[in-house]
Amino acid sequence: MTVLRFLIRRMVSAVPVLFVVSLVTFALIAIVPGDVTAELAGAEATAEQRAVLRDQLGLNQPLYQQALRWYGNLLQGDLGHSYLLNMSVTDAVLERLPVTLSLAGLALVLAVVLGVLLGVLAAIRHDSWVDQGTMSVALIGLSVPDFWLGLIMISVFSVGLAWFPTGGYVPFSEDALGWARSMALPALALAFTQMGVIARMTRSSMLEVMGQDYIRTARAKGMRRHTVVFKHALRNALVPVITVIGVMTGVLLGGAVVIESVFSLPGVGRLIIGAIQRRDFPIIQGGLLITASLFVFVNILVDLAYGWFDPRVRNDR
Amino acid sequence: MTDSSLNPTAGGPAAPRSARLAAAGALLRRLFRHRSFQIGFAFFALIVLMALLADLIAPYDPNKNNYRALLMPPSAQHWFGTDVFGRDILSRVIHGTRISLGIGLAVVLATGIMGIVLGLLAGYVRWLDNGLMRVMDGLMAFPGVLLAIALAAALGPSLMNAVIALTITFTPRTARIMRASVLVIRELPYVEAAVAVGAGHMRIVLRYILANALSPLIVQLTFVFAVSILAEAILSFLGVGPPPPAPSLGNIISDGRTYLQEAGWIAFFPGLVIALAVLGLNLMGDGLRDVLDPRMRARRS
Repeated sequence: MTVLRFLIRRMVSAVPVLFVVSLVTFALIAIVPGDVTAELAGAEATAEQRAVLRDQLGLNQPLYQQALRWYGNLLQGDLGHSYLLNMSVTDAVLERLPVTLSLAGLALVLAVVLGVLLGVLAAIRHDSWVDQGTMSVALIGLSVPDFWLGLIMISVFSVGLAWFPTGGYVPFSEDALGWARSMALPALALAFTQMGVIARMTRSSMLEVMGQDYIRTARAKGMRRHTVVFKHALRNALVPVITVIGVMTGVLLGGAVVIESVFSLPGVGRLIIGAIQRRDFPIIQGGLLITASLFVFVNILVDLAYGWFDPRVRNDR
Repeated sequence: MTDSSLNPTAGGPAAPRSARLAAAGALLRRLFRHRSFQIGFAFFALIVLMALLADLIAPYDPNKNNYRALLMPPSAQHWFGTDVFGRDILSRVIHGTRISLGIGLAVVLATGIMGIVLGLLAGYVRWLDNGLMRVMDGLMAFPGVLLAIALAAALGPSLMNAVIALTITFTPRTARIMRASVLVIRELPYVEAAVAVGAGHMRIVLRYILANALSPLIVQLTFVFAVSILAEAILSFLGVGPPPPAPSLGNIISDGRTYLQEAGWIAFFPGLVIALAVLGLNLMGDGLRDVLDPRMRARRS
């Protein structure tokens, strides 16, 4: 029952967070300088046409009324209507969410697998050239702009060697291999930075665990080094790594926004960037709200997983 | 950086000036003996020199078109090649470091001030804590730099707005780190002693709490600097940063994107310089963390 109680408490604590998220999202349109309709209605629109448009969009109402309307709709799950796409914001975002989620998910798996591998390698070969080499790779990963890495990958692997398409998306249901080919480079570019974070975390946490008494006992007992590293040390060393996965999901979701526009993947990111260029504010707001809520939700899941991995924290809460 | 939290008794706020100066000197010596800090400092100093001496060392005017040298690959005349207007990429990159570092520095200063003020308020004024921290949590719920992108888009593309958007995005984590230190320090015996001898709130907060909470803040701000440079590039790349023809590093990459096939060098070099600057800052941050606060070594911003 403790899990359920924890879950409920965690959900309740998410309410103020989501409130601030929605408030910031609403305020976005209020901080736009000048007339939002100026670009929206087109250059040749007359003042009257713009006034009609403003009226239609409810922009003539005082701010508090706009806010009330926004929250009223929000509570009914209505995020408004796109100015330009002629569809509801919810539909537009949900339609593109699978692309973004699969990109971020794939990148997460790559980052964790490669990162943990590098981190363990560095830790068991502590203070050797292997350690220095892997940690240099990790540090370079941390420092390289991911969208730039994407561009370089396109020019080397897609334009130069023609191994991968330069962009575009193939749905998984149509052609699994085509999907993998279209996702490989963007996921790698996105994963590279986070791989560095995970590798560094895994290394330092491994080193800490390996210095502990029970590891020495296990070795003294005559257990094979291999077994000790992977069965005893790694399991415990991964606990702090789990926590960063929560934060990392956010970074990956945010990073996906940029990577999608580099690789022309039709995800939420490209939707938002397109909406920014066309001043389609309901889409920007909806995209922002949905990704942020998703991130909050993922963090709750991560907290749950954390308790499962490390029974010590279960009792604390 | 007059004293460190390493040893609150030796270099503490009550120590005489000479002792504090000696402690600071020892700290600096330790810092410059640290391998990562040395390497990072060298990289970063190189970029800073480029930015400071941009007018002297840039071989061409960064915004001058030259229609006799369009899309030239790297050569003796144009080390980094030229773009579609014949502008010299090397000169644009050199001047670009000015914009990128300028934005980074402005964000670090603004984030530092906001982080200190909000962190101190939340950590010291009990009834403000909950409300302030919930707002910070809410701001941190926006994934990655998405909030900065949206804010910059709403405010309109300009240098100033990029700084504002990035400051709002990076302040919450900084404030949270500040608050965490304040919560620890306010319970320490010497703060109690200060209260006992009748020190005012202002004096306690500035002299006893803030002065000892600076180490984690400095480490955090080094990483904020690094992330700001990366984020500026993203904003510019997406067209919501400082508007072209300003040669911000992100703008140059954005220019190069269209010519990836025929002129890959346009996007390549500015990205390399960004990576070098960020790498330098990350290495310096690692060094600072090790030297200022060994307990934080395992933690990563």
